[in-house]
Amino acid sequence: MPTAEKTLDEILTLAASHFKVPREKLSPDEDFFKTLGIDSLQALDLLTKLENHFSVELPDYELQGVSDFRTLASRIQSRL
Amino acid sequence: MSPIEALVRKGETMSIAYNDGLIEVTLHRTPCNEIGSRSLEELESLAGILKNLKQSAHALIISSDLKCGFSAGADLRELYERSRAMEKGEAAKGVREFLERIHQVLNIIDAAPMTTIAAVHGVTFGGGFELALACDLIIADKTARFAFPELRLGLIPGFGGIPRLKRDIGNAVVRDLLLTGRSFNTTKAQQIGLVSQVVAEGEALRAARATAAQLAKFDHQTAVTAKHFIKPVPHEDLKREIDIFCDLFSRPAVQAGLKKFVESTNAQPYLP
Repeated sequence: MPTAEKTLDEILTLAASHFKVPREKLSPDEDFFKTLGIDSLQALDLLTKLENHFSVELPDYELQGVSDFRTLASRIQSRL
Repeated sequence: MSPIEALVRKGETMSIAYNDGLIEVTLHRTPCNEIGSRSLEELESLAGILKNLKQSAHALIISSDLKCGFSAGADLRELYERSRAMEKGEAAKGVREFLERIHQVLNIIDAAPMTTIAAVHGVTFGGGFELALACDLIIADKTARFAFPELRLGLIPGFGGIPRLKRDIGNAVVRDLLLTGRSFNTTKAQQIGLVSQVVAEGEALRAARATAAQLAKFDHQTAVTAKHFIKPVPHEDLKREIDIFCDLFSRPAVQAGLKKFVESTNAQPYLP
C-alpha cells in the first residue's frame, strides 16, 4: 500500500495533468475548487479519474465538504 | 415524405440522423441535457415515428455531444418554476401529466422495433440515467457516472428508473443506488451488469456504431422477437412509480427541497 504522502503526491500530479495547471501551483491544503476553478461536474470528473487511477470506489457523499487535496488523499488512503 | 425522412432533423434539444438502417439521436441541450418540456416534445416526436417503423432501421443510438456528459436528468429548474406558478392541485396534475408523457415515450423506446444503444459519457444522472436504461445496451466510456440523486429532494426517480433497473440488475444494487443517492463509475456499473461495454474516454459512440454494424448482419425480425422475449416492459411497476412520485411530490418538503436545489450557489449541487 502506498504511503499517505505518496497518495497525496499522485493526486496532485493527476489533478495538475487533468486540469492542465502547473503541478507547483497546487498545494495540499488549498481549496481545489478555487485553485482549479472547477465546478461540481468537473469535481465528479476528477473523482472518476481518481477512482480509476487508484482502483478504489469512493462514494461521493464521503466527499461532501471536502475541498482540499490532503483530506481527499486521506479519504482515498482509507480505501486502499 | 417517408417516416425515416420525417425523423431526420436538428431540433432544439437533440439532432436525429439516419444512415443505412442506423438512427442516431444526439442530445445537445446545454448545460447538460436536462430533460424538460421541450426535450419531451422532441422525444415524443421521435417516439411517434419509432413505433411505426418496421424494417427501415435495425439500430438506434442515443448519445450526447456535450462535454459534461449524457444527461444530468430532469430539468428541475423548469419543474420548480412551473409548479411554483400553479395552484397546488394544478401543479400535481401537471407533474402527473408530464410523467405520463415521458413514460409513454420511454416505453416506446424500451420496446422499439430495433436494438437501442445508449452511448454514454460523463454525468448520466436521474432522468438521463432513466433514458439510458430504456435502451437495450449501455456502452460507456471511462468518464461516465450513474446516479439517482432524487432522494435528496424527497422524491424517487420518476421516469421509470426503478422498475427498469429492477428488471436489469439485482435488487440490492438498486437499493444501494436509490437509497444512498451515490454515483457509480463505469467500472462499477459494468461489474453489476448495467453496462455492456467500457471503452476509453471519447470512444463510446464509435463502439456503439461498431455494435450497430454487427447487429445489421442479423435478421431484423428475429432480433426484435428476441428483444421482446427477453426485455418485457414492466408496465405495472411503471404505473405504480408514477403514483408514488406524485404522492411524494405533493408534500411541502419536496417544494422546499426543489427551491433549495434551484437557488443553491453551492459548488457541489450535484453531489448527493
